[in-house]
Order: sequence, then C-alpha cells, then structure tokens
Amino acid sequence: MADTTTFSNATQVLEPFRGIKRVTIEEYFTSGHRTCQGCESALIMKLMVKAAGPRTIVLGSTGCMYVANTTYYTTPWVVPWMHTQLGSSGSAALGTAAGLKALMKKGKMKSEPINVIAFCGDGGGADMGLNGISATLTHKDYNCLILLYDNESYANTDIQLSGLTPYGANTTFSPPGKVIRNIHTRWKKNMAGMMAAGHPECRYVATVCGSYAVEMMNKVRRALTIGGPTFIHSLDPCPKGWDYDPMLSHEMGELAIETGLFPLYEVEDGQVKYYGKTKAIVEGRKRKPVREYLLKQGRFAHFTEEDLSYFQSKVDEMWEKWEIPAVIPFRRLDASKAALEVK
Amino acid sequence: MAVATPAAKAASEDKELLISGSEAVAEALTLADIDVVTAYPIRPYDTVMQAIAKKISGGQLVAEYIVAEGEHSQFEIVKHASTVGARVFCGSSGVGWAYAMECLVVTPPLRVPMIALVGNRALDDPGAFGVEHNDALFVRDLGWMLCWVDTSQEALDTTLIAYRVAEDRRVLLPLAISADGAFLTHSQAITMVPPKAKVDQFLPRYNRGDLLLHPDNPITVAPQANEDWVIEIRRQNDEAMKRATTVIEEAYADFRKVFGRGPENPWFEEYMTEDADVILIGMGTISLPMKVGIRNMRAQGKKVGLLRLRWFRPFATEKIVSVLSKAKAIGIVDRDYSFGSPYHSGVVATEIRAAMYNSDKRPPLLSFIGGLGGREVTLEDVYKATDLCYSAANSGKSDARTHWLGVRE
Repeated sequence: MADTTTFSNATQVLEPFRGIKRVTIEEYFTSGHRTCQGCESALIMKLMVKAAGPRTIVLGSTGCMYVANTTYYTTPWVVPWMHTQLGSSGSAALGTAAGLKALMKKGKMKSEPINVIAFCGDGGGADMGLNGISATLTHKDYNCLILLYDNESYANTDIQLSGLTPYGANTTFSPPGKVIRNIHTRWKKNMAGMMAAGHPECRYVATVCGSYAVEMMNKVRRALTIGGPTFIHSLDPCPKGWDYDPMLSHEMGELAIETGLFPLYEVEDGQVKYYGKTKAIVEGRKRKPVREYLLKQGRFAHFTEEDLSYFQSKVDEMWEKWEIPAVIPFRRLDASKAALEVK
Repeated sequence: MAVATPAAKAASEDKELLISGSEAVAEALTLADIDVVTAYPIRPYDTVMQAIAKKISGGQLVAEYIVAEGEHSQFEIVKHASTVGARVFCGSSGVGWAYAMECLVVTPPLRVPMIALVGNRALDDPGAFGVEHNDALFVRDLGWMLCWVDTSQEALDTTLIAYRVAEDRRVLLPLAISADGAFLTHSQAITMVPPKAKVDQFLPRYNRGDLLLHPDNPITVAPQANEDWVIEIRRQNDEAMKRATTVIEEAYADFRKVFGRGPENPWFEEYMTEDADVILIGMGTISLPMKVGIRNMRAQGKKVGLLRLRWFRPFATEKIVSVLSKAKAIGIVDRDYSFGSPYHSGVVATEIRAAMYNSDKRPPLLSFIGGLGGREVTLEDVYKATDLCYSAANSGKSDARTHWLGVRE
C-alpha cells in the first residue's frame, strides 16, 4: 500500500446537505442489527455513517450499539467497524487516527483523509470513558470524532442509572419504593458544555437529536471536516428505558428540545451557535413545561407535584441563571455584590 | 538472504554502546522503525519511554509518541493503531500493568501483535519499586507470549525477535518482554547494536493482510459472538500459541544467521547442567547470584547447574522435562507468589511440577520463593537452596514445603 503521496493531515471536505432531498441515498449501516422497536440510537448510527460516507472507520465501545447492534455474521456495518472496550471510545479514536497518520506520514500507506469515528453510550462516555475522551480532545493533531449516544441509562444491561440519567428516573438501580421515592437524586452531567469548556483546542462540539435528522448529519459532517478531535452529544429517546410507546420516539426528542431540557447547539472555535427550536427559545419563545415531557414517560410515573416543580426549577435555572444559557453554568457576580466582597 | 556486497559489509559493523536494558530496547525499537508508541509514567519500565522520546526528538526515529492519561488508554491506543497496520510498542510495570488489565485481556483474541516491555515491579500495597514477577504473570493464561531477559544484549536482540514472531501471520499474538526492575532496566552493560541493514534483512514489514481495518477492506472486528462462536475463537488462539513454538525456533535460527550471535536453544539457558546432580531454575537477573554460587560450589566439588527460563509462554514443556529428568534434584526459585496454590509454591514451581507429571523420571522437586520486592538474592540463599536440594536428592523425596529465602521470620 506504500505510496509517495505527500501526507498533509487533511480532512475530507463534507459540505452540508441542503435539505432532506439532497441527502445521499447510499446506506452504510443496513440490516442485521437487532435493536428495539423505536430505538433512536440505531437511527443515529445510520445517520452518522450516512453523513460520513464510505471512507470512514467506525469504532464502537460496549453498550447497546455493540451488543444489540453488531452481531457475528449479521453485521449491519458496510464501513470497517471494530469493537472497543466500554471506557475506550477516546483511546480507540486516538489510536486509530494515530496509526493511520503514522503510516501515511512514513509512506507505508496511501495518503488520503479517512474519517475516524468512535461512539460510546452515556455510561461508556460520561462515566467510565470520560478521562479517555478528555485526553483525546487535547490531541489536536489527530482527526477523529467521538459521538456519545445518550439514551440516559445503561440500557443494554437492564436499564441501570448512569451519570446522564435524569434526576429521579426509575431505573433498576433506582426503583421508587414506599420509603424512598427518588433514589437517584443526582442532576445529569452537562457533557457537551464540559467538553467545550474544558478543551480549548477542540474546535468543534455539538449536541444533536435524531428528531432533527438533517441537522444531525450536517453537524457530523462539520465535525469531520473541521478536523482535530471533535465531540458530539446525541440525546436518544429509548422506549425500553424511558417506558413509552415506541411510536413516540420522534415526539419525545422534540419535547426534550421544546421544554429546554436538552438544548441544540454547536461550539465552533469557541463560538456558540444555537439551532432550531433551541434558537427560538433563546430568542424569546416560551419553553414548554417539563411536565409535558416527563409525564409521558413511565420512568417518572412516581413523580409528585413537588418533584415536577423541582425539575422545572432546575431547567429554569439553565436558561435564566447560566452565563451562556443552557451551555455553560457559570454566573457572574452582580457588580454591587462583587464590590462588597472586594472590601 | 541478501548477498553481502562491499557496501553491505561495511554497514554490517555493530556499534558498541554502554547502555541499560531499557535503552537497549529503545535501540531495537528504533531499528524496527516502530510507528506508534504510547507512554505513561511508572517506575522502572518508563526509562524505555524516556529513551524513545530522545530518539524521536533527536530525529533517529519517526513515530507517533502519545502520552496517555493512564495505562488503560495507553494500551488501548496502541491496540487500535495496530489494527490499522501500525507497528506498535507499549509497556508498564506493577500496578500500572494491572490498571491496563482489561486491555491486556482483549489484545490476544483481537490478534494484535503488540510488543510490550514489562519492567517487573512489586505490586502495591505497600509501595515498592523493586522486582517481582507477579505483574507480567497476570496474563499467563490469556494468550500473551511471555519471555524474560537477563542482559541488555538479550533485551535488544529479543525485541527484534519479538516483532518477527508476534507479527508472523501464523501467530499474531501480543508479546511481553519482562526485564527485572532496576537490576536490568537501570543497569548498564556493553551492548552490540546492529546496523539497520541487518535488521531489515531479519525483520519484514508488519503486514496484517486481510485483517487490516481500512476502508479498502471493510471488515467488522469483534462483533458480539456469544456461545455460537466463542469456544472456536478460543481454540484459534490456542492453535496460534502452539504454532508460535515453531515460529520462535525459526526466528532464533535466522537471527543467528543474520547477526552471528544468539542462542541455539531459544527456550532456556543452560549453565553447567550437563553433569549436574542439582539443577536450579529461575527467570531473569537471578541468574547472576546463581551462576556465581554455582561456580563456587563446583570448586567444592558440588555438581550444580542452572536452567534459566527465557520463555514462559509458550512453555517448552518437553525440552524442559528432558533436561530436568536427568537431575537428582531440582530447585525452583520463584520471584513471585501464588497464595493458596498447590504446596503454596510460586508460579514457576507449580508449572514445572505440572510439566514433570508425565515424565517417567521425576527427581525430587523443591520450591523456593525469594527476592520479592527487589530484595537481593544472595549467595547464601543460593547455597541454602542447593543444600536442601542435596538432602532431597539423598532421601529421594520431594519436599512438600515451599521455602522462603532471605525472609525475616
């Protein structure tokens, strides 16, 4: 495979799809998987490789999209695909990118831009794999995308809570009981904001939702085009873990955005840009009450009015108190208070 | 084999360097033109990463040098780099190696020919920098090839042999080279460094063939298999390890042809075993006090010899048994422990005992544990072990106890 082509560390230039009718017809994630009816994460896989195209290597860490999605002899992947360990999405992306770079730089492999995408679930990404992802986002010379598909629990192993499971949700590790109603009282980590704020040389961080498919694909294409290590957080409604009718996955995603619970945005070279209904909220549109979203899901069926108003107040805080609404949770001291404290 | 031209002859001159075991490995890695290397600090193995960093900053080696945020990532990064065709190197010591354990587990079934240096170190707690072999031995059942080296020269030569063996399509398994912490990683000795031309003759380029992960070869690697296929995959690993035996023998024979040095028997070094009544067994730098002790005891008329194991996986069962069955007693000194094991022995003693079971001639076998935590194994320890072996030789009975050498009771 040796070639004399000069190595440039370039990326593929993937222009955005201008509307659903302009999306390419080829599929690189096809039949063979056995995910649940209404699984949004499987849709995200399909959209992700559709957006990336055929010159792509995908690394998948353990989770639903490995165990239920990729079975021996019935692989749905048309592009090269490899399993990686639960906490290894960051190192898988980095190692693959570094291997390709070394071989191309040294003339041991034909030089061409190859997309490298590693995906992880919320458990593999926000819990176990956080340090590996964080390290990878500091290696600016390696082109790779890490995509976190967040179905808000360890859904493959029986729905156990993760660091991205919402407050109070009923999981097999947080069952509501007669004495304790809410075992899980931790607030969901702000993954995309944390990645964007903590990695100054990561050029692109975005949030996506499968309910907005073209926008989702275009963010993947932007991430791969801009290069270096990049990060995308996808919120994926999960009928099994969230306990709702599988036909409502799309609506559930929309409600997460319209209630302001999950904002759609990107941070490119430090600039925050809001998208779609999130942008409308920033520009003054009223957020839907979170109860409209929560009460459609069995995992919150035990919620009292008190729980609902606590939940609402935390979401209000994101929008009303955060320095960059729904992105970065810092607050400025008001000037008079700051002056007092200086004395 | 290339025909020697005058130019090739001139290039065939070895360089003589005074270098440590770790530095010798770095010389070999430069000659092997590795592509991706990942580092994370832990003593004593990390001296090899310091040496490689200098090679890269000095322009002698072009490779991606990645400082990981922990050993787990350190081993995962090179694992993935290897699947796209890169020649890789990694390593660790003690609990660092343990921190990478999940990645060490997946590397053999993925058929990744990663080469790692284990600078053997005692496991925590309590903290200790000194040598113990339990770290590398963690992976003895998992499909890693394991060998122990004794000198800087052997470290350099074995590193070149390691790539040749691990990357052979008949094998494709990871290989860990163990070097005793401090005693070898940090000790300098005169080492012959061969020229690149000779290494290129000996070591072909890494070619992953149809297992390469690349858009031109769109395979799915390690999908969920479950009970449908896992046992067949384990069996493939077992066959690869069996084939490694032949590949190792070929590699050592070729090494001798190209470089004009190296042992005829890859598996172990024999020191005065030919007429020995008592044969002592050990791995790594423990050979030094043993050899000196043996010379002294020989001067007193005691026929003692040493079998220093180089290769632990694959284990050269028949060859080891054929040497040991000729002795009147054998004594194994383990620089490791295996609490609760048969006879409370160390790992090597348990393995040798198992290997000897099918032999018609089974001399009395004594098991010793010594040198833990980097404590020196002294000549007195060697004499004491030998005396106990002689008693067993006279009585004709194995001693069921395991004797700890040099321990304060």
